[in-house]
Amino acid sequence: MKIDIERERVVCYELKTKNQTLLEALNDIKTTQDASLAYSSGCRSGVCGSCAVRVNGREVLACSYHIQDGDLVEPLNNAPVIRDLVVDMDRAYSFNAKAKAWQSGIVDDVLLSHEDEKLNEVQSDCILCGSCYSACPVYAQNSEFLGPFSLTRVWRYVSDKREQNKKEKIDNIQTNGVWDCTLCNACTLVCPQGISSKADIEKLRARSAMFGYIDPNFASFGFGGGFDGSPTF
Amino acid sequence: MNRVIVIGAGGAGLVAALSAHENGAKVTVITKEYPTRSQTSMAQGGINAVLSDEGGDSVEAHIQNTLKSANGLADEKAVNFMCKEAPNVLKWLDGIGVPFSRTKESQIAQRKLGGAAAPRACYAQDYTGLKILHTLYDRCLEAGIEILNERYLLEFITSQDNNDKSYVCGVSVLNKRSGEVEVYEASSVIAATGGYSRVYHNYSTNSVSTTGDGVALAYRAGARLSDMEFIQFHPTALKNSSILISESARGAGGYLLNSKGERFVNELLPRDEVARAIDDEIAKGYDVFLDIRHLGTEFIENELPQEAKLAKLYENIDPSVELIPIKPAAHYTMGGIEVDEESSSSISGLFAVGECANHRVHGANRLGGNSLLELVVFGKQAGKSAARYADSFDKKVDLSEQKKSFEDKIAKIKEFSSEINFYEKQRELGELFYKNFGIKREKTAMGTLLNEVKEMKTALSKMGVSDKTKEYNTNLIEFLEFKNVLELSELILISAISREESRGAHFRVDFPSLDNEKFQAHTIIDRDGALSYED
Repeated sequence: MKIDIERERVVCYELKTKNQTLLEALNDIKTTQDASLAYSSGCRSGVCGSCAVRVNGREVLACSYHIQDGDLVEPLNNAPVIRDLVVDMDRAYSFNAKAKAWQSGIVDDVLLSHEDEKLNEVQSDCILCGSCYSACPVYAQNSEFLGPFSLTRVWRYVSDKREQNKKEKIDNIQTNGVWDCTLCNACTLVCPQGISSKADIEKLRARSAMFGYIDPNFASFGFGGGFDGSPTF
Repeated sequence: MNRVIVIGAGGAGLVAALSAHENGAKVTVITKEYPTRSQTSMAQGGINAVLSDEGGDSVEAHIQNTLKSANGLADEKAVNFMCKEAPNVLKWLDGIGVPFSRTKESQIAQRKLGGAAAPRACYAQDYTGLKILHTLYDRCLEAGIEILNERYLLEFITSQDNNDKSYVCGVSVLNKRSGEVEVYEASSVIAATGGYSRVYHNYSTNSVSTTGDGVALAYRAGARLSDMEFIQFHPTALKNSSILISESARGAGGYLLNSKGERFVNELLPRDEVARAIDDEIAKGYDVFLDIRHLGTEFIENELPQEAKLAKLYENIDPSVELIPIKPAAHYTMGGIEVDEESSSSISGLFAVGECANHRVHGANRLGGNSLLELVVFGKQAGKSAARYADSFDKKVDLSEQKKSFEDKIAKIKEFSSEINFYEKQRELGELFYKNFGIKREKTAMGTLLNEVKEMKTALSKMGVSDKTKEYNTNLIEFLEFKNVLELSELILISAISREESRGAHFRVDFPSLDNEKFQAHTIIDRDGALSYED
């Protein structure tokens, strides 16, 4: 079996073992063929988020993808490549801080029900692998866009009863945030944890509306013509 | 200056960082990966705490279960402290937003793990470690704590005070991206660098990064290590990949079966006993399986979603209708950097916490659900101690010469010939360890293994890196990790050979019983390799 890996140029490697995960294949190449190949890995079991790459243009975790003959393996998009399959994730990670994706304060004795827990169970499965930033066409154009995983993280806290200052969370994601997403759903399709940032962004929009925010795109098109808010034709 | 540097951004490191920050220190966290990629993310089962006495559980029972599992080698005071703190820890984790699973009565859900008298492990599906770790990371962002990613620890830099006592004054790291050596001054340093189970390489459940760097480097800096021979094997790793299937599967009622379809052990005994029973079956020529079919699809989907996914992905089986093939694999190292009641190592200003440290709470065998607990309880303590120490630190430090000296060391390593492929040796070492020094140990086999390790150490200068690139040279990083693994391998073996008894995870075929008279004591290794026993 042969796979191509995008390095400074595309390099083809031959593999003897069949039915391997991509990570096992990369380990084989590294330890027996070409020690200079650079990639990241950690847990081997899909929870540490280290080994996201693209195969044939689609984001996958190397540890969770079984290779096929002729696969083309490339680094994630929308992040500077440091070397081979390793990209610099600092920028994507920095949006968690920009989006203030944390609980505002430490609370005491807030009781959560089984139903409350389910509100953000999936969102809190996020492993920050960065697949969603790689797939996001908005982030590709606007490098200030807060982006999928950080907005999902904001929803994870906003949807939690323990968050005592939801408005502040919502205020903070209006610019380069919820309204910039085109709801194209690319993030959902590549998430290894089955999270839909697109759906979370829609929920954040609804919550924004509750706090009086309106879609700026909508406002500038046919809605906010008159000063009194009455539509103009 | 009251700068505290934390090495490692797993659960222990992040709790310590938050605690040092709260106690007024200027904190910098340095990690060889990114935070949230650490071993903590893999902890599935839960975190032990007695939250109420309904159902007959008590803090006293938690203490007794921990001590029993530790086989006489835990420090009662430390265990008392940890178990009593546990309810406060859970209150704090709940307070910062950890999304724990909940009961119908709006309480944090708890389940029973091996060796526990009651359902005591608080969990978040089977993503407990992941969700705790990510919430801690979010807290660190909220606190504005500086985190430096992708820097590999080269050394804890020490100096001597007027009484010839060593104190730590900084660290040197290799910036993986630039390939540059960086030196950071610090008033105190917290090692939160994880365990050393990757000595067993492919026969470990752990992340590939769990190479014991901090333990090896603390030792090189002059710190005492203890109980290095106690390495826990998790009974249920997937047969082909060594990937962990959580104890919660057995806690929920999963069975262990041999090839004849017979149960052969009480599945909820402590891990050392279950692992030995499985080893016996394998020695008889049987395969061993975990059977959770009877728990039902709905239960598996709700409570063990990760397990189901991993079984499908790595063994290609559906655990709701098929048996899961398993084997025991190295999972947790009880030993590590010897610390006192303030989490301080034997070097002034160097603190240690988490799996790299030995707080003497696990003794000869750790109880499931106690490691997440330990890292929060002692993470808080280590952070506080380090901040307090840093506050009174008044020594003048000049590290201007250090950078050059480390650069020279790296340059020298890069000149090593690569006539032997160290990756092959690393694999070989893991296999030798698993086969000859796994669940059962014996003097001759250990002696042979020790010789192998020594030979590999001597041959290191022929096992150099073939990749000479400066930027993001993982070949070099992995070589440095292997060097640490080899150093620890020797210390593990020396400790195990000397302990002529069986206790917990250390089972000697040639000394099958407990010898309290000689060995109810901690194995201490001093910087010169001298071994002694201390109560």
